[in-house]
Amino acid sequence: MASGKNTAVISVIGKDKVGIIAKVSAILAENNININDISQTILDDIFTMIMMVDLRDLQIEESDIKEKLNALGEELGVTITIQHTDLFDKMHRI
Amino acid sequence: MITDFEILETMKMFNEQHLDIRTITMGISLMDCAASSVEESCDRIYDKICRYAGNLVSTGEAISRKYGVPIIHKRISVTPISIVAAACGSKDYTPFAKTLDKAARTCGVNFVGGFSALVQKGYTDSDKILINSIPEALASTEFVCSSVNLASTRTGINMDAVRDMGNIIKKTAELTSDNDALGCAKLVVFANAPEDNPFMAGAFLGPGEPECVINVGISGPGVVKHALEGVRGQDLGAVAETIKKAAFKITRVGELVAREASERLGVPFGIIDLSLAPTPAVGDSVARLLEEFGLETCGTWGTTAALAMLNDAVKKGGTMASSFVGGLSGAFIPVSEDEGMIEAAASGSLRLEKLEAMTCVCSVGLDMIAVPGDTTAETISGIIADEMALGTFNNKTTAVRLIPVPGKDVGDFVEFGGLLGRAPIMEVNRSSCADFIRRGGRIPAPIHSMRN
Repeated sequence: MASGKNTAVISVIGKDKVGIIAKVSAILAENNININDISQTILDDIFTMIMMVDLRDLQIEESDIKEKLNALGEELGVTITIQHTDLFDKMHRI
Repeated sequence: MITDFEILETMKMFNEQHLDIRTITMGISLMDCAASSVEESCDRIYDKICRYAGNLVSTGEAISRKYGVPIIHKRISVTPISIVAAACGSKDYTPFAKTLDKAARTCGVNFVGGFSALVQKGYTDSDKILINSIPEALASTEFVCSSVNLASTRTGINMDAVRDMGNIIKKTAELTSDNDALGCAKLVVFANAPEDNPFMAGAFLGPGEPECVINVGISGPGVVKHALEGVRGQDLGAVAETIKKAAFKITRVGELVAREASERLGVPFGIIDLSLAPTPAVGDSVARLLEEFGLETCGTWGTTAALAMLNDAVKKGGTMASSFVGGLSGAFIPVSEDEGMIEAAASGSLRLEKLEAMTCVCSVGLDMIAVPGDTTAETISGIIADEMALGTFNNKTTAVRLIPVPGKDVGDFVEFGGLLGRAPIMEVNRSSCADFIRRGGRIPAPIHSMRN
């Protein structure tokens, strides 16, 4: 059923701070996750960073990557989520 | 490549607009659990449910983690117990309800549906035993839901059963009076009940269904309301188009989850039930969505027209998104579970008669409506008879889930808590229909030509 690609979208929403990208990237590197693309926008006065990442062999549901990102989000006062890309493909593409 | 806008739109749907997968419901056939004794049959039922659904909850949680999609309930529906228990020889089926309750507890699901009977044309001996067991079964269990199909377009209406269910609802209310008749919130009667519905209280696995199947119910009135806020002032064609697009996206999420659950559990995928199922949370209301059409309060003139359009557009968007849309699909209009309906009913703008009219074009029927505790069994049967007629003669599913709350009257409120919400006691027409109900018999099936 899946697209075959094991990729995910990581989104960071909240107030801009120094070092957000560096800290998120560090966690990803520790978990052998490769960043394919990063974009940043200010939407409705809210800082938004979206990363497209290649999970390789990592399964989101079986790893603690979600907890690590959530903990970092709390530390920085932003919301960080990780969601498998299939969700967005399925919703927005026929 | 997915755009940032699309990603943010999706995230807002989950975070701000209450989009969720309402339920992954595993249907399990209990046909092979019939036995000549209650004990043996109940043992088989318990073992089979636990064997099939043991991983249901953990699988739902894993999928929720992978996609960041809330999956609120994991539930089980089973073959109507009146069929499974027919051979056991007992005159009381309460032990079957207790077995279902125990299995639900072991599997970690929060409801199991199927303490049910299909009596649209008449009673088997077993159907009678099941129906008479309903009050005690619901009073002595926590997770069991019960449903009875009383009518269908092909068979007409079983008015004996309509009469009897008035009494059963009253008895259920009495036996659960300590909890404001909570038992009645787990009991629903149908016309044209779907055999693959994943939503409670009416879920059961029909006789035409496979051994085991995954059906997924998805919700999201908040998403549709938010989409409509973007087309304020535009004509109704634009409104229909907007609803269809929102329904499409919601249904695709359901399909993704259903397919993955099916694959992980090794169980065939049945249907997606795309129902706009409200919760008492602000921003998750079908009434507020109807008001977004331009109505001051849900229940005023125009409400039925808006609901008809909403229900139809939801189905159109849903069927484009998944080839297997089934169950109840459409818009639910429960009163106690919908913040806007509660307010409209409490203010007097939304009355029982208007709700009845709305059920002609919504996906189900008179749902989660609290009425005075002294409403007679015959009056409840009369309300059911009218609702069964709407379903039978208009070739649609209709249902009734009424709660006659002992000791409460118009002006009082009843609190069920959680997703079941709270409701004002609604006024009921007190003029008697007892002689009509006492006649019994059957209302013949409607003619299928000369439709007007």
